[in-house]
Amino acid sequence: MSRARDQYETHAHDVLVIGAGGAGLRAAIEAQAAGASVGLVCKSLLGKAHTVMAEGGVAAALANVATDDSWRTHFRDTMLGGKMLNNWRMAQIHAQEAPDRVRELERWGAVFDRTRDGRILQRPFGGHSHPRLAHVGDRTGLEMIRTLQDRAVASGLAVYMECTITRLLTDGDRVIGAIGYWRTTGDMVVFRAKAVVLATGGIGRAYQVTSNSWEYSGDGHALAYEAGAELIDMEFVQFHPTGMVWPPGVRGLLVTEAVRGEGGILRNNENDRFMWRYLPDERRHEYAETDSEASRWVEALREGRQTDARQPPELSTRDNVSRAIYTEVREGRGSEHGGVYLDISYLPPELVRRKLPSMYEQFRELAGVDITTGPMEIGPTCHYVMGGVRVDAETGASTRTGLFAAGEVAGGMHGANRLGGNSLSDLLVFGQRAGVGAAAFAKEVAPDKPGSGELALAGTELAAPFDHHSGTNPYRLHAELQATMQSLVGIFRTAEDLETAIERLGELRAKWATIEVSGPRAYNPGWNLTFELKNMLICSEAVARSALQRTESRGAHSRIDHPDPDPAWAKRNSVVSRDGDQMRVGHSRLPEMPAELRELITP
Amino acid sequence: MPVGRTHRLRHLRVFRGTPEDGGELVEYSVPVQEGMVVLDALHWIQANRAPDLAVRWNCKAAKCGSCSAEVNGRPTLTCKTRLSDLPEDIPVQVEPMRTFPLVRDLVTDVSWNYEVNRRITPFTPPEDAPEEAWRWQQEDIERVQEFRKCIECFLCQDICHVLRNHETRNPFMGPRFLVRAAGLELHPMDRADRTPYLKDGGGIGYCNITKCCTEVCPEHIKITDNAIIPLKERVADTYYDPVQVAWRKLFGRRSEAGSGQPIPGQPSADGS
Repeated sequence: MSRARDQYETHAHDVLVIGAGGAGLRAAIEAQAAGASVGLVCKSLLGKAHTVMAEGGVAAALANVATDDSWRTHFRDTMLGGKMLNNWRMAQIHAQEAPDRVRELERWGAVFDRTRDGRILQRPFGGHSHPRLAHVGDRTGLEMIRTLQDRAVASGLAVYMECTITRLLTDGDRVIGAIGYWRTTGDMVVFRAKAVVLATGGIGRAYQVTSNSWEYSGDGHALAYEAGAELIDMEFVQFHPTGMVWPPGVRGLLVTEAVRGEGGILRNNENDRFMWRYLPDERRHEYAETDSEASRWVEALREGRQTDARQPPELSTRDNVSRAIYTEVREGRGSEHGGVYLDISYLPPELVRRKLPSMYEQFRELAGVDITTGPMEIGPTCHYVMGGVRVDAETGASTRTGLFAAGEVAGGMHGANRLGGNSLSDLLVFGQRAGVGAAAFAKEVAPDKPGSGELALAGTELAAPFDHHSGTNPYRLHAELQATMQSLVGIFRTAEDLETAIERLGELRAKWATIEVSGPRAYNPGWNLTFELKNMLICSEAVARSALQRTESRGAHSRIDHPDPDPAWAKRNSVVSRDGDQMRVGHSRLPEMPAELRELITP
Repeated sequence: MPVGRTHRLRHLRVFRGTPEDGGELVEYSVPVQEGMVVLDALHWIQANRAPDLAVRWNCKAAKCGSCSAEVNGRPTLTCKTRLSDLPEDIPVQVEPMRTFPLVRDLVTDVSWNYEVNRRITPFTPPEDAPEEAWRWQQEDIERVQEFRKCIECFLCQDICHVLRNHETRNPFMGPRFLVRAAGLELHPMDRADRTPYLKDGGGIGYCNITKCCTEVCPEHIKITDNAIIPLKERVADTYYDPVQVAWRKLFGRRSEAGSGQPIPGQPSADGS
């Protein structure tokens, strides 16, 4: 039976936004407000995107809690956290505009927790020198996505739910739309657009242990790559220090950094507060000297007053805490199920339940653990990709005309390691900018019609898996990919492992080409996974090749065979692009930071 | 998924099918690991027995509200329903939400909810409020924050007998959207009046406070007591309190920003 579909529906917009998490919604709202006709496509139902899982807060130097905070200190913290590999202009724009974006959300109906004098409350987080994260308990992402969703719907823009995009449409050098299928029917759909914004999030589903939802299959990264855009810094994959480790079904599930922000203590199986031993020398002075100084800091936080005590060692940056936990476990000081202990139970139970309500629920319901009476077992989990589509800081424009990117799918903002809370602010700031950029671009160009060849090819690609008889099961292939990435391209890397990984990824790619799918096209998860696997394979190869190329350790990229930072690599972004069927890997010079900004970092 | 320390099997009876073929319950035996939830079992079936089993899910952390289904007849999130909490002597029965039209297997068409949501007047703050007006005490917003915890799993809509049994042909927005309306009405800066809409377009009167919605809410929102009853009182005060009625006749009412559009016909699992 031929499954090729001759009939398909077509929609035309000035701006097509792919992805309806925070960045996509924010971009769509802005483009619509600029007068563009906007279509917003999402793989899931509206409001279910990964942003909903963000917990701890959105970083913005509102200076409501620490009055001496400013965009300058936020910029400094971000650059230091990113090991100076960040695109300085993005980090600057981000720090300067985040407060306005947060206040704007409040004007749109978001209800953040309050300070005693009635303003937006801010909590401390790793790598932030001041309490900076506006939050709603530990469900900040839900608050943000609901606020943006309501705003977007009220603005009247077109939302296309449960629609997967498999290919960007191009005309010579320009992106002119996208093609995909409805998940509920399997029917093909074509979107014509003058500008396309990618806001598809990350790649975490390529790993076995991840905090990411199934949607995080690197779709936007792969679509951009296939359309000829450049990806940068793909070797930088963030492993969040605290994911659940038990029971097996929830391994990797995020335990918010807010637990540590509120005073959570990390200990190994010898009851040793091991983070004292892992603080990097150059930032040692920013952390407490003793347990009692750290306790004084937690106490002051609880009472909402200023203190001269410095923050606890658990609030070191995520790359550092993850390596510490991994090392403790590897050296035999781990917990029963291969993690370490995170304890907040020394605080009053009602405080824990109020500040961390969903963590309380999550552990009680999924692990049978009461976090107000005992410690949690946690370990590192794949959480975020710093690398992504190379974009212009001002407009979000990629290196491919007509294609824009914002949020996690875009690269550069976070350098070699992202600070907690900087993702929610990133997606607001650069979502807004990409919306402006895409709408302005759309005004300048005429619509273009996709060629019939491209449409026919997309149709054939969709139908192909039903015609294969190889016995290759998409779920099994996914499991093999995850095992490869987890064991060979994880927290600690070596040239040998990376070379093996690249070889295995080649084998998996060959298997993918003959993947076999059964059943109907309507809501068929095995068929859906097939297209996501293609994207994950592209992203995984980009991560492994970039990681092999960067012969140094920096931020989230730790090479056992090159344990130190290398000054030459400090000035380079890795660059991945498509060269026919081959992946080309190289590097380009990091943009030079102006002297006045450099002074903010090293006065 | 590797089989854990034990090879104990649990039996599931999972609804498979479409509106066209009517569907049937299909039995699967699934090896059990400690802490396993119903969604884990469904994933095992997808990977090992039925690669095209349709299940809607996203976060697997009870934060997105996608994986709603009826397990042993009870509306629940499959990602937080542990197999060990279900009776061992009978198969675990997993069926789609009954109130919404079936798409395939465990997936239903919940688009009606999005249509209803669009009819609610959005957040409407005063345009010229000074910065200081945006200061509130934590106590003043705790109720609003309770309503904003909603993850839109639509389990309350599924269990609500008014919607489930089509008890009225008139519009009824259902508990989820009464919660949203309550969150907007109680927001310290909101200036819209949704009372007329709640009464007519939204059909708040059809709720007879059986509290089924509150019982199934995975976020433990006290839907009936904290959202619906206060809204009902607001409607009653406006329309049935003689003093209010006289006042309204004399001085007119507050700004009434309701969209005025009726909500669409109610969802129907049998396609009618």
